[in-house]
Amino acid sequence: MSASGSEVLVLQGGRVIDPSSDVDGVRTVVVRDGRIAAVAERVDVPSEARVLDVRGQWVTPGFIDLHVHLREPGQEYKETVETGTRAAVAGGFTAVCAMPNTLPPNDNASVTELILARAAAAALARVYPVGCISRGRKGEDLAEFGELKAAGCVAVSDDGSPVSSAGLMRRALEYALAFGLPLAVHEEDLQLVGKGVMNEGPAATRLGLKGNPAQAEDVMVLRDIALAELTGGRVHISHASSAGTVRAVRDAKARGLVPDNHPLSGRSFTNLASTGANATDWRTSSFASVAAATLVNPSV
Amino acid sequence: MIGRHRHLIGLEGLNREEILQVLDLAVSMKEVLSRPVKKVPSLRGKSVVNLFFETSTRTRSSFEIAAKTLSADALNWTSAQSSTTKGETLLDTAKNLEAMRPDVLVIRHSASGAPNFLARNVGCAVVSAGDGAHEHPSQGLLDCFTIREKLGTLEGKTVAIVGDISHSRVARSDLHAMPKLGAKVRLCGPPTMIPRGVEALGATVEHDLRRAVDGADAVIMLRIQHERIGDPLIPNTREYSKFWGLNARKAREWLKPEAVVLHPGPINRGVELSSDVADGPHSVILDQVQNGVAVRMAILYLLAGGAGEGTRAERA
Amino acid sequence: MNAEAVDRAVRRMAQEIVERARALGALEGLALVGVRRGGIPLAERLRVEIQRIAGVLAPLGTLDIALYRDDLAQRGTAPVVGPTDIRFAVDGRTIVLTDDVLYTGRTVRAALDELVDFGRPRRVWLAVLVDRGGRELPVAADFAGAQLEVPPEEDVQVRWREAGAPEDAVVVHARRGS
Repeated sequence: MSASGSEVLVLQGGRVIDPSSDVDGVRTVVVRDGRIAAVAERVDVPSEARVLDVRGQWVTPGFIDLHVHLREPGQEYKETVETGTRAAVAGGFTAVCAMPNTLPPNDNASVTELILARAAAAALARVYPVGCISRGRKGEDLAEFGELKAAGCVAVSDDGSPVSSAGLMRRALEYALAFGLPLAVHEEDLQLVGKGVMNEGPAATRLGLKGNPAQAEDVMVLRDIALAELTGGRVHISHASSAGTVRAVRDAKARGLVPDNHPLSGRSFTNLASTGANATDWRTSSFASVAAATLVNPSV
Repeated sequence: MIGRHRHLIGLEGLNREEILQVLDLAVSMKEVLSRPVKKVPSLRGKSVVNLFFETSTRTRSSFEIAAKTLSADALNWTSAQSSTTKGETLLDTAKNLEAMRPDVLVIRHSASGAPNFLARNVGCAVVSAGDGAHEHPSQGLLDCFTIREKLGTLEGKTVAIVGDISHSRVARSDLHAMPKLGAKVRLCGPPTMIPRGVEALGATVEHDLRRAVDGADAVIMLRIQHERIGDPLIPNTREYSKFWGLNARKAREWLKPEAVVLHPGPINRGVELSSDVADGPHSVILDQVQNGVAVRMAILYLLAGGAGEGTRAERA
Repeated sequence: MNAEAVDRAVRRMAQEIVERARALGALEGLALVGVRRGGIPLAERLRVEIQRIAGVLAPLGTLDIALYRDDLAQRGTAPVVGPTDIRFAVDGRTIVLTDDVLYTGRTVRAALDELVDFGRPRRVWLAVLVDRGGRELPVAADFAGAQLEVPPEEDVQVRWREAGAPEDAVVVHARRGS
């Protein structure tokens, strides 16, 4: 909710949760001219203010989803920038980072500009485009990071696909330094994964489904931490889902490679929820509370 | 001899006095090139063999003209017409040529260290015309000569070298020579093109072109090749040109008015250098070519002139 | 020779040069070329004297013969090369080549070879301060300040004020390392 012009908006009675300012309790929030003017237990409410009763509700800073697929351009039958950002704000996400596996992929300014134009037209969540690491997401040549950054990309990724070539990953990490771009990486060794559809283990064996070993993620995570150390480049590990990844990142932190306030990113609920534990049959629509706890804990 | 050196393999092993010995002599050699009769008899009866395993018309011709201006005989041996295609090793080729008693072997080879190998295995003087990504000493010397000629001195000057430093033997030779003459060297290029540990060789690194050329007295632009298969250092020459290429607007807005722009050639016009800068007022590229002959004359004179056991040089 | 004798010799040589040049109508086309290094002060002084006597300021050049030496093969290291600076056209001129000491004649031979690479002079005269005999090539001085008979184990050195000596002098002493 935002106020415009000289409007004053007051949110009363809600539970304000703001980790960055260490607030968790009932507070009154005053918004003046679109900016937060006060967060306090008792506030004098101006007479011209619009007051919203939010007792029993939570009031938090807008969430940022670092990893979404808006599917536009190219797959608008699945999603568009408009529908995606509408879903985002409905869930409290005021900003999203849009992955580049569109059709055509976001490896040039034209696609980036299209996404930003659609986002501006929808005027819902802020969209931060993520450009490709490799041209066409083919994993062979570098994309034009300079052009992508200038057009508005905040990071680069080949998401949807891993960067299989260590040589390309190394060069991408180095080249991105010139433009201050982090690399968001999809860690999945394609040779280890093959045609797997779930975690390798007893559940997959019982169901007769091909499984992916957790190490398919681990080997790439270890590789990219090593390359980040070699080059000084910035790596953001997307959708971390294995214990091996957690161990590797903890070790990297212990060696001073990770800044203190750098949380691991977790992915959307769907993937994390589908552990072997709750795949009791072939339906995967159960959102276990286990998943929520794992996601929210930033010190993992 | 150049100082105590019988060969010229690189500038890393030369001290300041030895570098100046070549540069000062090249001044006199340049004067010879301005005469109506561009010939002096100093190396009459001596022979210079150009052993070029990499194609290069420019450097080879430069050494050839230098030899001939000194009245030496020049023989060109290029790998296209060679027996290496029949599998003869570098050593065999050189030994065979040496049997014909050349005074100087000028070698260009794609393997770093080839001139060094040759110098240890033949009896004549060896000059490197470029080996792999290791060094190109005559280019480094002519760059120093050109900057000194245009700016008066290298002492206290700032030189920016821009391009694929990791694959550039020219950059390495420049880097070995210029600080010894008092210059500060800045290396610039995308991070993929700056080799690890280059600061240990005495340069500072700056990835942003504008900051790299800010206050620079000389800017050396290196040729960019996009043809490296399997190891993509840049997405394409288009993006390279946008961020690291020098065009007229950047030259006008970022360079000191008296700064000079150099390029070892051949130029990829429109990539690292636009035509209007290559042909413009800052450019000393054509001077470099002329100075190249003078510097190579100095090198050949010092290495081939005087093979007897006489006393130290003095005018009689 | 002491400073006074050097001075007298230079003035006499200048006089002779002017007379001979005038007789041939070559005064206007006169030019002086000093052989580096000892011949340069002589060329400069002759030039001043010639102007004083005849009112003609002849152009002056300098020549370094290192690149034209005939003994390169015998030397351990290549001789140091100094600058050659001749900015006037040589064609058709009467060139007075100057050097401090004329001995074997090899320096003059090299200087002549170099000079004709600049063009075709009408004639070349050789002017030296000291002619010490001992020629190894058929070279003769047209103008000489003094003739000295000096044995081969001794050196003749001319010390010029311009080159930093306290006063002009011609000195004979034993050759080093002979």
